Amino acid sequence: MNELLRRLLFLPPQASTLAADVDGLHYFVIITTMLGATAVGVAGLYFSLKYRRRRRPLIAHVPQGPTPSGAKLEIAIVVGLFSLFVLWWVIGFRQYLALRIAPEDAIPVYVTAKQWMWKFAYPDGGHSVATLYVPVGRPVKVILTSRDVVHSFYVPAFRVKQDAVPGRYTTAWFEVKQPGAYPIFCAEYCGNSHSTMRGEVVALSPEDWARWVNASFPEVRRPRAPVNIEPGSVDLFDPREPTSMAREGARLAGEHGCLRCHSVDGTPYIGPTWAGLWNARVPLADGTEITADVAYLTESIAEPARRQHKGFALVMPSYAGRIPPGDVSAILEYIRSLSRAPATPPAPEPVAPIDFRPPASPAEEPRP
Amino acid sequence: MTDAPTPAVTSDAGEEPIPVEPDYLHAERGVLSWLLTKDHKRIAIMYYAAIVLSLILGGIFALVIRLELLTPERTIIDATTYNRMFTLHGVTMVWLFLLPGIPSIFGNFILPIQLGARDLAFPRLNLMSWYLFVIGACLLLGGMIAGGADTGWTFYVPYSSLTPTAVTPIGIGIFILGFSSITTAVNFVATTHLLRTRGLGWFQMPLFVWALYATSLIILLATPVLGLVLILVAVDHSLHFGIFDPKYGGDPVLFQHLFWFYSHPAVYIMILPAMGIISETVSTFSRRRPFSYNAIAYASLGIAFIGFLTWGHHMFVAGMSEWTAGVFGILSMFVGIFSAIKVFTWTGTLHRGSIRFTTPMVFFFSWLFLFVFGGMTGIAIATQSLDVHWHDTYFIVAHFHYIMVGGALTAFLGGAHYWFPKMFGRLYNERVGLASATGVFLGFVLTFTPQFLLGNAGMPRRYYSYPPEFQWLNVLSTGGAVLLAGALLLTLINLLVALKWGERAGANPWGSRSYEWQTPSPPPTHNFPTSPTFSRGPYDYDLTEEEARERIA
Repeated sequence: MNELLRRLLFLPPQASTLAADVDGLHYFVIITTMLGATAVGVAGLYFSLKYRRRRRPLIAHVPQGPTPSGAKLEIAIVVGLFSLFVLWWVIGFRQYLALRIAPEDAIPVYVTAKQWMWKFAYPDGGHSVATLYVPVGRPVKVILTSRDVVHSFYVPAFRVKQDAVPGRYTTAWFEVKQPGAYPIFCAEYCGNSHSTMRGEVVALSPEDWARWVNASFPEVRRPRAPVNIEPGSVDLFDPREPTSMAREGARLAGEHGCLRCHSVDGTPYIGPTWAGLWNARVPLADGTEITADVAYLTESIAEPARRQHKGFALVMPSYAGRIPPGDVSAILEYIRSLSRAPATPPAPEPVAPIDFRPPASPAEEPRP
Repeated sequence: MTDAPTPAVTSDAGEEPIPVEPDYLHAERGVLSWLLTKDHKRIAIMYYAAIVLSLILGGIFALVIRLELLTPERTIIDATTYNRMFTLHGVTMVWLFLLPGIPSIFGNFILPIQLGARDLAFPRLNLMSWYLFVIGACLLLGGMIAGGADTGWTFYVPYSSLTPTAVTPIGIGIFILGFSSITTAVNFVATTHLLRTRGLGWFQMPLFVWALYATSLIILLATPVLGLVLILVAVDHSLHFGIFDPKYGGDPVLFQHLFWFYSHPAVYIMILPAMGIISETVSTFSRRRPFSYNAIAYASLGIAFIGFLTWGHHMFVAGMSEWTAGVFGILSMFVGIFSAIKVFTWTGTLHRGSIRFTTPMVFFFSWLFLFVFGGMTGIAIATQSLDVHWHDTYFIVAHFHYIMVGGALTAFLGGAHYWFPKMFGRLYNERVGLASATGVFLGFVLTFTPQFLLGNAGMPRRYYSYPPEFQWLNVLSTGGAVLLAGALLLTLINLLVALKWGERAGANPWGSRSYEWQTPSPPPTHNFPTSPTFSRGPYDYDLTEEEARERIA
């Protein structure tokens, strides 16, 4: 019965421990609702057929006004409905408390949302982007915050949703019943690529979970560099391979979401490509041109609207104050390293001569 | 209103043996006589033109959205345009159609006549509200076209202050539109209190007046909060007060509280006037006194009151405390109770009536089903554990379209047909009317029922691309939208044709006992030849024709 109704109503699988209860109330409420609407509709149609105007159009009617039995019926219906609503509220509120208040022994996972990705930091210091690894059969508490705008962490299969609000921590919890992958959606509109801000929860069996925790799980690497999310893994800085400013910049460009819009291979996407951008002449929206030097690129990160690249929609938010100056330098160094990158067709600009001067450290941006 | 009698009347009186006052459409000529008019009926017609235009625009935006969603990835427009489209659709429909629609058109036209008044209490203020509306609408649409805005109609911070698109002119436009609403509401309240004609007590007023009175109270109390929020956002944005922006220690959730403190009551600004139309339609076409007049009148006031105490149910997953959420949950249920009283009363009114199955009645039956279904799903999403899954999914989209389109738009169309003879003195084609009303119902059900299922399946709203398994429900929904658009177009054509070529209607083609039909259609400039005395109620169908006529003097 549960399975039949679930499929009829297009509900996703009941993958968390609380999902089946919530769906039970769902069936109760929706079936009552549909019956109620149908009953009113049928009553209306029945009356309109039974009492349709048959004879001369204008005849007077007696009696008018409510009959005493009608008023009693009305009171009975109102009292009955209110009792039904209160019953729904009692069940719904209890379930809501259960959904909201995590068990004491839940594994905490810190979730940072940003345009347009999910980052997960685990208590042992591991971290992952877009994929949240959890064990089956143990409660997991997600502690959410956002780096920019309001997002919402939504896993339909768990019947769980919680907004991630900048400047605040919110929590949600779930316990997965079966190993598998369950989609995560961002449910609160957050900008241009809102609908691609997806991810998945991968629920692991206890054995796989143990292996993953020990970093022996084949597909998962533990971080080699400090991750810019708190609290998590800052203590684990342990570079195992030589790194460079440009390499760090590439990593940061991914972290800060730059690469969601800027390609590095010459293909124009939501924003201009970075390949061959360094020191190239760039057409501006107001018809003039400018050299994409350190000053211009730094300004464009902080205030994209001031001098906008021609041919691209103004969708980039201001990153002033949101990318630390050191990170900006690294990203600029990465863009510089791409000046020699083969600009695959359609190559918008000829590659300009490379400026071998060390990049000036970008000035502290004026706060808006 | 205090003007000297129009020259047309005196010259008519001088030349003809029986003085015939020209109707308001022909009382004066020329564009200026419209643009500077103080006649509430002409202002209503000017609102009619502006608002129907907005409705068409909003409908086109909706069609673009539905067409884009035919495929999981790009179909006709890119993500940026899509985001601007749903913002345009929401902003246009909410502020330029749903909020002003019924009060500013039908309320403006009908309310003074139903009270036996010559005009609204403040005719100049009424004209000013139209100009404010036009200025606000131009700013809004101009800002949209020039810079676009991609925030959705809810303008949640901090996204709305981070987005590089043109939010500022739109905010100013909405601010001005708020004043347009407020002036109309002041007018309605003052008119209802002061200009009721001789013999018209509060509980003899037509129920449409009660609905508008309750609506006006909400507008007066809630709209200033919206203005306040807009000013706070501006101050926060330009002077960094740190009210909403977390960068300066502000709280984005506070914005949501303030926004919904206005925007939830705004839902009742949209639906209460619609309920007023329904009350009028059902009594006229079933020739019955409302099953319980007092129940409907008090339920209107009840909804207006309780509507202010339920805003938190938009934020069950925004991080409010469990206790607060529980309180908002139970308070929201009361709206359902008041609505249920009304639904029961309308259905009861049909009982033992003499029912004529006309176009407005088809809209009434669609309304009854859609409103009950939409309203009951409203109770469902006020149930907190269920809302956690449904919040911000297509289930919500389907629910509020059942209320906004199935409720407000259907009643708007019902009113447009019901009062068409009153406003223009002509009859529309009944067969085409029946066909279009049925088409609207079927198109609507096909558009929005799949969206309930999409929401159940977990598809979030405002999604440009979506997982492929959601596709066929989206295709169904788009098919419904095309059918709905066709039916609406048919409605428009039918009414436009009737405007020019429709059969002459006579004063009271429906045989209604309501007061507005006791004067010629279309009415003369001052509505009644002399200030009337009402010595019967608006729904006294137990009287004979002669008695009913005699008691309006």
